[in-house]
Amino acid sequence: MTQVETYSTLDEAARAVGQGADYLAGGTVVMREVNAGRAAARLVRTVDPALRTITARGDTITLGAGVTLAQVLADPQLDFLHPVARVIGGPQVRNMGTVGGNLFAAHPYGDFAVALLALGARIQMAGSGGVRPVEDVLRDRAHPSGLVAGIEVPRPRPGSFGFSKVSRVKPKGVSILSIAVLAPHEGGPMRGVRVAYGAMGPGPLRSAAVERVLEGQRLDAATRERAAAVAAEGLQPPTDALASDWYRKEVAGVHLRRLLERMEHA
Amino acid sequence: MSVGTNGFELRKEIFADERDDNLNEIGKRTRRQDIEGHVTGRSPFYDDHLFDGLLHMRCVRSPHHHARVRRIDTAAAERMPGVVRIVTGRDVPVNLNTLLSLLDFGLDDEPILSEAKVAYKGEPVAAVIAETEAQARAAVQAVRVEWEVLPHVLDVEEALKPGAPSVNPAYPKNAFVYHGKYDHQKLRYGDLDRALAQADHVVEGRYQMSPIEQAPMETCGAIAAQEQNGRYVCYTGTQALFFSLGTASKVLNLPSSRLHFIGGTVGGGFGGKVDSVHEPLAILGTMLTGRPVKFQWDREEEMQVGAPRGAERWYITDGVMADGRIVARRFTGYFDCGAYTRLSSYAIIKGVGHLPGPYTIPNVYADVYCVYTNRTPATAMRGFGITGVDFAIEAHMDKVAETVGMNPVELRILNAYRDGDMKAHRRVAKNCALVECCQVAAEKAGVRLSPDLLAASSKTGGGGARGQLPAHTATDQNGRVEGYSSGSYAQKGGASAPASPAMPTPMPQPAPPPAPAPAASPPVASAPPPQPAPAAQPAKKPARSGAMRFSSLSGFRRR
Amino acid sequence: MAKIPVTLTHNGTERAAFADPGQNLLEFLRRGLGDLSPKYGCGQGTCGACTVTIDGETHLSCLVLAETAAGRDVRTAAGLAKGATLDPLQDAFMEHFAAQCGYCTPGMLVSARALLDRNPNPSREEVVEAISGNLCRCTGYEPIIQAILSVAGRRASA
Repeated sequence: MTQVETYSTLDEAARAVGQGADYLAGGTVVMREVNAGRAAARLVRTVDPALRTITARGDTITLGAGVTLAQVLADPQLDFLHPVARVIGGPQVRNMGTVGGNLFAAHPYGDFAVALLALGARIQMAGSGGVRPVEDVLRDRAHPSGLVAGIEVPRPRPGSFGFSKVSRVKPKGVSILSIAVLAPHEGGPMRGVRVAYGAMGPGPLRSAAVERVLEGQRLDAATRERAAAVAAEGLQPPTDALASDWYRKEVAGVHLRRLLERMEHA
Repeated sequence: MSVGTNGFELRKEIFADERDDNLNEIGKRTRRQDIEGHVTGRSPFYDDHLFDGLLHMRCVRSPHHHARVRRIDTAAAERMPGVVRIVTGRDVPVNLNTLLSLLDFGLDDEPILSEAKVAYKGEPVAAVIAETEAQARAAVQAVRVEWEVLPHVLDVEEALKPGAPSVNPAYPKNAFVYHGKYDHQKLRYGDLDRALAQADHVVEGRYQMSPIEQAPMETCGAIAAQEQNGRYVCYTGTQALFFSLGTASKVLNLPSSRLHFIGGTVGGGFGGKVDSVHEPLAILGTMLTGRPVKFQWDREEEMQVGAPRGAERWYITDGVMADGRIVARRFTGYFDCGAYTRLSSYAIIKGVGHLPGPYTIPNVYADVYCVYTNRTPATAMRGFGITGVDFAIEAHMDKVAETVGMNPVELRILNAYRDGDMKAHRRVAKNCALVECCQVAAEKAGVRLSPDLLAASSKTGGGGARGQLPAHTATDQNGRVEGYSSGSYAQKGGASAPASPAMPTPMPQPAPPPAPAPAASPPVASAPPPQPAPAAQPAKKPARSGAMRFSSLSGFRRR
Repeated sequence: MAKIPVTLTHNGTERAAFADPGQNLLEFLRRGLGDLSPKYGCGQGTCGACTVTIDGETHLSCLVLAETAAGRDVRTAAGLAKGATLDPLQDAFMEHFAAQCGYCTPGMLVSARALLDRNPNPSREEVVEAISGNLCRCTGYEPIIQAILSVAGRRASA
């Protein structure tokens, strides 16, 4: 029922993905659709080894789109991403799921993408697609313009990045919501704050309200309280089988405050 | 007290004089007889059998809670690749059944493949048989059904209101009819209203639980194939092989001698694999195609279409004296049966026999309804019929304790039944142990009990006046319905009634009191009224020495 | 549609069979190769009953396209025993009552074996994480954790 085309390079695969084909990376999302009979009639995949490479240049680490979450966990230079990768799926999913695929994993999945949004990652597109901010790729993911080749992640200063996945079941449980905070402070006020949420809207998004509260401030109890108070401002979280919009609005501030407190004391 | 090898305590000092110290299995590491199969992957679950030419069956299901079926158009689906046969209700020899017709309890109310209407989301109206599962899936999508959507009802009390949508044609008022007479199961014991009026406190509570999905790791299913001599073999994951055999035999109009059922290796059931819906369709598939047919639920079907433990709603009203004695307890209970009866009718029989819980309360009144709603039909799960009402009872006990200012453990010891007490279903309590459980629980929880409570025992304080039937039991004809008859289970005379292990059987009464014959029918399978009392029977040595208080097989059941 | 020939190493032996287009590895192992030890629990990658290892790493075979396993080293629960000699984990599961219905057991054993192969002396936390992708509805997990820890040489009580 489903025809699979395998290409040696990503660029060939990108040319082959046209109308009516799904791109198969790790399979943790697409194979569910194949099993349910809902996938496209054509699947396109590649065995390009470049997709599994991790390279560091200065303060930027580039992950091939096919790097698995297990590879992230095994690489010491990605230590700041370990708290994120560790809570995605179970061990099997981490062996299979890729950082590129996670960008397109709809709620309630896609927590790695939330972290990348807070970190200000840039996405290398296959072929002549160039490099785009991650928020553009996330915004357009229902109708992607091409295939992802790699993800450039600026390494955050130690102690400036925090991540929280809120789930009922631990260690492996789907997230009710997730929060990622990038708050560089150099021992002084926070500058260049980025705060990203998963499951507080149609996809991973940033909280302008919380960023405004944190920007230029020191991370202390008073700042945490003000941030928690505006945690859900301007947001329309979904209601689904996991939680209602009301619940997400109620607890977002609680979990944000706890994350900021952990970051302050780290 | 001694500590077993797995670190649990054996409190052998309790009921020490009744105990032989002959525990051969408890506390020992005995291997399960099937565990070697489990760890080697050789345990033969029903799907662990390979068949040449195996076909796959998947159902066309209602997307609506309640709808009439105007038309089923299978033409496009029949032309799709790999499709061998599409089965509809017309193909089913006996297309209406209820699981407990095996015991003649209840009316046939559920189609195997519905033709006229559907009453729950997911109800099947056709079954597609194809060469591969993927082809069957695709063909299901291509079946065109014209639905006429009907109003639906999802709440038990709403379903019982006049004018509510009628869910189940066999019971148009949305309530199972008990014993051919009433729209609910009754328990009447003593005079509740009088006792409530005399109580120092009246404590009310409302308790609700949701349906609970058993969610076994293995989904439900069966594989059926032609065997020899006109027989069909069926490998199934059912927990109830004989239910399934009997149901398939009836629905397919085949003598059971033509059915060869193989099962017993179940990947988790918890009560969710007793409804016997897969075997009849799988066997019908092989009858119609001549090839082996597998009918397996996928995970989504297991969760949505698979019968859960039914939701229950309980209203409890207690009359309590200032000293904590509960003198009256009234229950109004609603079991959410979903669209079809299955086992819910019987769950209530079990549940009502259990009321008012392990407490001696001299006035008990219960009305319990088996309500049809447009939800997934409910079935059994762990402690079937009992666990839901137990949650309500114990939550209510805590509320009563708070009202009278007593510790909840104290309240329970005070009201616990003792040996020799008469219970609300008119059997004398024996082998009670709640008092001792409370004492140990209090010790574990650090609750200090008074010397009186510590000295309490299940063996003392019961019987006497507490062992008598009430002088007067108020009865009524509330909820009387016309136009139904009971099944043969309820026929007096005994001999022609099937000895059904599923129904509570009468227990011989060791010292029957001079009986004012109870005015209301007992809420259980009819027993002959108590005979004039002979001399009290001598206490018989139980068949299994020392085991009586600790076993549910108390020896009082007629075998 | 044409079937696809797939050759792979299955529990140490080179095997070949035809896969349907779009067929997942679980179905290929069960129907194509006749290895019934990995189980279908969900087809969605949430339950872990289908867990196998590919080149030493655990995978959910229901989410692996059969043809992508070509040329790789696939191992299942059926390959844990060597002839009549059971894997110590299999003995430990029997000893510790770590299976009731047995349906999660093959996948659970594969995950446990993969853990001990890369980390012979795991902490309790590491054991819990290693089996976190395998659901069990019967045992409550504790007997399974104890069984794995006992093979790792830890005390049986936490």
